[in-house]
Amino acid sequence: MSIKRTLLTSAVGLGLTAGISASAWAEEITVATVNNADMITMQELAPMWEEATGNKINWVVLEENVLRQRTTTDIATNGGSFDVMFIGAYETPIWGAKGWLTPLDDFAEDADYDLEDIFPLVRNGLSAEGHLYAVPLYSETSFTFYRTDLFEKAGIEVPTEQITYTEFAEIAAKLHDPDNGIYGTCQRGKAGWGENMAFVGTVANAFGADWFDMDWNPQLDSPEWNAAIHYYVDLMTQSGPPGASANGHNENRALFKDGKCATWVDATSAAGDVRNPDTSSVADVTDFFKAPRQETDKGTGWFWSWALAIPASSQKVDTAKDFLKWATSKEYFEAVGETKGWVAVPSGTRKSVEEDPRRLEAAPFATTIVDAILSVDPADPTRDPVPYTGVQFVAIPEFQGIGNYVGQQIAAALAGQSTVEEALANSQRFAVREMTKAGYIK
Amino acid sequence: MSTKASRSSARLMISPAVILLLGWMIVPLVMTVYFSFLRYNLLQPGETPFVGWENYYWFFTDPSFSAAMWNTLILVGGVLTITTVGGICFALLLDRPMFGQGIIRIMVIAPFFVMPTVSGLVWKNMFMNPVNGIFGQIAKGLGFQPIDFFGQIPMASIIFIVSWMWLPFATLILLTALQSLDQEQLEAAEMDGANWLNRFWFIMLPHMSRAITVVILIQTIFLLSIFAEILVTTNGGPGVATTNLTYLIYVSSLLQYDVGIGSAGGVVAIILANIVAFFLMRMIGKNLDA
Repeated sequence: MSIKRTLLTSAVGLGLTAGISASAWAEEITVATVNNADMITMQELAPMWEEATGNKINWVVLEENVLRQRTTTDIATNGGSFDVMFIGAYETPIWGAKGWLTPLDDFAEDADYDLEDIFPLVRNGLSAEGHLYAVPLYSETSFTFYRTDLFEKAGIEVPTEQITYTEFAEIAAKLHDPDNGIYGTCQRGKAGWGENMAFVGTVANAFGADWFDMDWNPQLDSPEWNAAIHYYVDLMTQSGPPGASANGHNENRALFKDGKCATWVDATSAAGDVRNPDTSSVADVTDFFKAPRQETDKGTGWFWSWALAIPASSQKVDTAKDFLKWATSKEYFEAVGETKGWVAVPSGTRKSVEEDPRRLEAAPFATTIVDAILSVDPADPTRDPVPYTGVQFVAIPEFQGIGNYVGQQIAAALAGQSTVEEALANSQRFAVREMTKAGYIK
Repeated sequence: MSTKASRSSARLMISPAVILLLGWMIVPLVMTVYFSFLRYNLLQPGETPFVGWENYYWFFTDPSFSAAMWNTLILVGGVLTITTVGGICFALLLDRPMFGQGIIRIMVIAPFFVMPTVSGLVWKNMFMNPVNGIFGQIAKGLGFQPIDFFGQIPMASIIFIVSWMWLPFATLILLTALQSLDQEQLEAAEMDGANWLNRFWFIMLPHMSRAITVVILIQTIFLLSIFAEILVTTNGGPGVATTNLTYLIYVSSLLQYDVGIGSAGGVVAIILANIVAFFLMRMIGKNLDA
């Protein structure tokens, strides 16, 4: 009896201690996130982590551009408003190198997390100076979405090899049927370094253009840029929808899903949504091939990751790390697959997920996406050697300003507000001014 | 009758509010002026050295600066013209007795209650979108090419949206003025043989002149800083077609993270707004003295 009582008392005591320590450690972390489908799924599943750890999450959900402004301002001023931030492949290496992010090198020691399972290309894109600064939720490149039914009707053979942009324009022109509400191609036209310049940047790469030469002199007035932008404007004028200069990724995605576009070169991460019969009217007549090439095949598909990082200013690093591990773990991807269907699993980060038979059955295009992602090399994005990394962006802090301005000028050329020559001359002047201001060139 | 003591105690009691309000205004103003003389880029942290007028140099030589100045003036001028003329017309119409007057008046005033971001998005996506918008569908139905409003006529589109929002305000103020007009005066003029145009020109319009002044003054103050409608529809573009001064400051401060240049732009905007206000008061403000 006495032994029993002693045991019982100790058990209660232990339980109490555990309870007290769990509640003493329980913390609330603030997570700044973008409002896209993958992040909304994460919010729905986050109670799993909250219940398991006793911690709470305070979500700050923002539209992509606003999120970028808020997080950049907060981290640059050491504001400390967030414990976890969703950031991309552009910000991570720059912010990491500045010491604004907490290094995540210890993730490699956690066997359950299995850092090696994440594609090396993705890990490298989220590292700076040998340290890992963010862990990915999904990664993407760009490829061509096309309508199999329209190709068949027009008697166009589906390309098996990477075609040129000239050939692509011919296909788009053949499929262009605005009277019946079908546009030959829908491409991004809305200004912004993460909007139209993502697509335009890859077209420029394909035409052999680059942003800067080895001495950081802007190259926007080069014949290659001229040819690329003329091509882009002609393509959209001849085979694009009206008002293309206002269409960004989301607008084009809606147009494509609505059956209004015959082709679309955009993010692989949209494939799951477009092929999902619940959300798309063209789910069973959409397939994919590589983004076209022209003078070169280098940098013709972009590279991007949405990832989780912890600002150096966070006071709750351990809890934040625990959340990061859970939100990008195999267990999390499994949970998404089970609750949302394997077609909705965030793509392009973990080898084990991409090879999972359940994923391959639900999303037969998964292999195409992974192959496309792995064929990108952000360290060697252009025909000629350049001093920067990044395919559709240049990994320097000044690029946001330059990219946005150039994006506006290209949008003006697309809308017919200026000529291609004027747009590029203005862009060159602006880029020279910004690079001079920042001290890259004298 | 107030005594000397009651006056001074009143001053004492009101002073905290006055000091608070002054501080509220002066502290950010002084900080803006101070930042405008520092090299202060959020992306290059560390020292923020004093650089004199350098930020002003960069702001004035910004390739978008002259376009932004013109666009600001065109936007303010365009909206003022439309809302003042339109406001007078609507006020004259609404002043007439009609069936369902109350409901019609509320409907005319309704746009003023819509938030700028909401109205911008509604006009952009539901009406002016050339593919899915109502205007585009009507044009297609009639066999015309749909107009790409924000691509082909971006500034006119913005002026239209902003005017739509501000027309009710002008109408409301002018209608109130019109209703305060003595009807006997109009009847007397009519009996003397004055036709409607003469009655409008020589009686109604002069009577409304003070209200028109108020409309122009208040609207100018708000229109100089139009921002939300531009942000949600055109983002200042295409190119710099709809970039006004406020938007340019936003670009410098929050897209290029250059607090120094953004602050310099802010100081320039304050000075320009004061110059405009000064001339406006000189030109039309004297109406208010009468």
